[in-house]
Amino acid sequence: MTDRQIIAATRFGYGLPLPAGAPVEAGAMLSLLAGPDTAAVQWPGVHLDEAILLFGASYEARLARRTDDAARIDFRRALEQVNRQAAAGQAAIFARALGAPDGFRERLVQFWADHFTTVPKLYDHKGVVLSLAEDAVRPHVAGRFAEMLKAATLHPAMLLFLDQQVSVGPNSRRAKDGKRGLNENLGRELLELHTLGVGAGYSQEDVRQMAELLTGLIVKPREGQGFNPKAAEPGPETVLGQVYEGKGVEPILRALEDLAVRPETGRHLARKLAVHFVADDPPEELVVAMAQAYAETGGSLLAVYGALLNHPLAWEGPLTKLRQPFDFLVAGLRGLGVAADTLVGMKPKAFERLLLEPMAAMGQPMNRAGGPDGWPEEAEAWITPQRLAARITWAMQVPSRLVKPLPEPLVLAQGALGGRLGERLELALGGAESRRDAVGLVLSSPEFNRR
Amino acid sequence: MDRRAFLRQSLASVACSAAAHPLLTTVTLASGAAALGDKRLIVVILRGAMDGLDVVQPLGDPLFRDYRPNLGRKTGATDLDGYFGLHPLLGGLMPLWSKGELAFVHATSTPYRDKRSHFDGQDLLEAGTGSDLLLGQTQRDGWMNRMLQAIPGLTAETAYAFGNEAAPLLVGAAPVMNWSPELSLDLTPQSQLLLEHIYKGDPLFAASAAGALELSAEMAGMDLREGAGGGPLAGIDPLVDFAASRLAEETRIAAFSLGGWDTHRTQKTAIQRSLKQLEHLILRLREKLGPAVWGQSVLLTMTEFGRTARENGSKGTDHGTGGLMIAAGGAVNGGRVLGRWPGLDEAALYDRRDLMPTSDVRDWAAYAMRGLYGFDKGLLEKVVFPGLILGDDPGLIL
Repeated sequence: MTDRQIIAATRFGYGLPLPAGAPVEAGAMLSLLAGPDTAAVQWPGVHLDEAILLFGASYEARLARRTDDAARIDFRRALEQVNRQAAAGQAAIFARALGAPDGFRERLVQFWADHFTTVPKLYDHKGVVLSLAEDAVRPHVAGRFAEMLKAATLHPAMLLFLDQQVSVGPNSRRAKDGKRGLNENLGRELLELHTLGVGAGYSQEDVRQMAELLTGLIVKPREGQGFNPKAAEPGPETVLGQVYEGKGVEPILRALEDLAVRPETGRHLARKLAVHFVADDPPEELVVAMAQAYAETGGSLLAVYGALLNHPLAWEGPLTKLRQPFDFLVAGLRGLGVAADTLVGMKPKAFERLLLEPMAAMGQPMNRAGGPDGWPEEAEAWITPQRLAARITWAMQVPSRLVKPLPEPLVLAQGALGGRLGERLELALGGAESRRDAVGLVLSSPEFNRR
Repeated sequence: MDRRAFLRQSLASVACSAAAHPLLTTVTLASGAAALGDKRLIVVILRGAMDGLDVVQPLGDPLFRDYRPNLGRKTGATDLDGYFGLHPLLGGLMPLWSKGELAFVHATSTPYRDKRSHFDGQDLLEAGTGSDLLLGQTQRDGWMNRMLQAIPGLTAETAYAFGNEAAPLLVGAAPVMNWSPELSLDLTPQSQLLLEHIYKGDPLFAASAAGALELSAEMAGMDLREGAGGGPLAGIDPLVDFAASRLAEETRIAAFSLGGWDTHRTQKTAIQRSLKQLEHLILRLREKLGPAVWGQSVLLTMTEFGRTARENGSKGTDHGTGGLMIAAGGAVNGGRVLGRWPGLDEAALYDRRDLMPTSDVRDWAAYAMRGLYGFDKGLLEKVVFPGLILGDDPGLIL
């Protein structure tokens, strides 16, 4: 196992062993990423066209039950369907991370899904939330950021999560009754989190104008994103000195395009990618190279990944990043040799108990980030007494329930860590009382939890 | 440098980042407990929206019976003050009521209105902000954490979130401990030794594991047993006993979370478990803290919103607005139902369906903190609950 393979699997994939035939040279990794998304076909996720139907059914039953008791049963059934759909979608996310031939693509999809974090506000939203990664992120993961931004901003999950649904232009017809007004939530996060970044030079007035520009965007149950001209603020809006005027969604798309190609956005995204993949405090030189690739190509993500993968610093240790709980579990399952299809076939109760509940105990309840800024990056956020205890407990107790017989611990350690297996861990394995405990030590070790 | 050493560099090089870890930095500081004195504040978040009208029932209002043919009177409430009655499943709290250690605040709520989403409602409750428009934008920390940030010499032990659910009200820059007894590290002595050995090269892991092992060992020494016979109360005992042990020492601020209040159907049975758990939590905490510490303590329950005034067609209640806060503890000026009672006339209801909120739940929390710790109003109105304008002191705290 070469260093290059270890870093390709650990820093840019879901851990060792590398998927069979997986490339480790930058050019080949980029070609694979630019090629067809085979994992999405093999383990289908939740798409918006299906999710919005179930959302519509539960939404209608939710309203009807206020006056019609029979609708309560419909509502319960609709929620059960949403839950089943969401559980299958979550299993597919695990399965792909575990089984996909292109680990880098899966890592990137998770990264961008987190960049555009949405959380279900009502149980009805669960499927819709999952579909954002499927329909707004995956198709654009190697494309232009502007296209992903447009798809994610207009996605019903985003409109619901950041209150665009209830935002009404102050001078719109819909505001005449005085009951509703402008909600700046999406407008603000769009500038602060999704594009320019919090330190960039935009003002509160830009936020407000952006929010006014976004008015009119709505979610139609059973249909998806729509536009209600009655809620739209009339007249032109000015964001960062650019004037946007016109009917419907078109001026919004123009503004998103402009925001996407701004240098502040390129710089923000470059740094965020470098922080996620390389180090909590990444080398400035690397960030500059990535931001430059972004600027030169009008925001081609493939070009940015190219600048990352072609940079020598991206292939240098130390590997200090901390695996987030999802990555930790997937890397554990990879190391243990659990097949992706085992997860898809798992009973929902077992999936909950063995993976989702432990993941929540480690601080990362799936699809339930604490806010629109997504999960924290810094190691200190994940390794606290309580959260580390949850990792150790999983490492000691769960592998023996998933894999029979358990692998020989030293073989597991070498396979999952390669040359990163430290002397302390190697020595400890010889002293463990049981194979179960030794496997637990491998997965609890700092070298396994860092990447 | 050989390849192996090169990749292993990772562990040594992280040592510098460990200095930023709260567990390592706070041990040298003065104790935050000293700054807070002996007073304890315990907040219990009741997730799912507790039906305040079922817990403290306005029996004196004839409309109550009309609104709730299956709930209300038929539950057999215990008279509190001639107008309100306490749900019988909280009957075990009556001795506290008689001693003045228990108060209720009726018709109180956060500023959250209309959408009635649990998640939004809880987010707002724990962020402590004044408007849902601010959510997720300026305030990503919780109000209890912002209070902690104002305390000089804070240690991680000063504030504790008990249970394995996230406690957003304690999230933020100030160091806070989180622990849940069921996460106890159950390792053989040999595994523990080996784990300590492999963590020696990584200070972040070493410090966190040491914390986890220490807590686990203390819990083992405390004989934290689940309540006899299993059932809904079994899980509460270890949690409360552990919390009491912390509160008896350095900890002054504690947060719990209790779920199961979303009673849309057959509420009479659906609410039983949660009420019994709440009663048990309060009584067990009082017992375990002992009279001296309990005498210095205030426990507040808060929920994201109340429920509809009327029963729905499934003998349950739906998401509403005005709710109920419970205050218990030796430092409570109790034996009273506080808050302005808005009445149940349809015109007096919010949206003609929910109990009308007549106070902001943050007001009560702010005055509790002021009464216990003497914070000035400016801090409470600007930092802890930004934008809140405090009314007159309602005298909740002795």
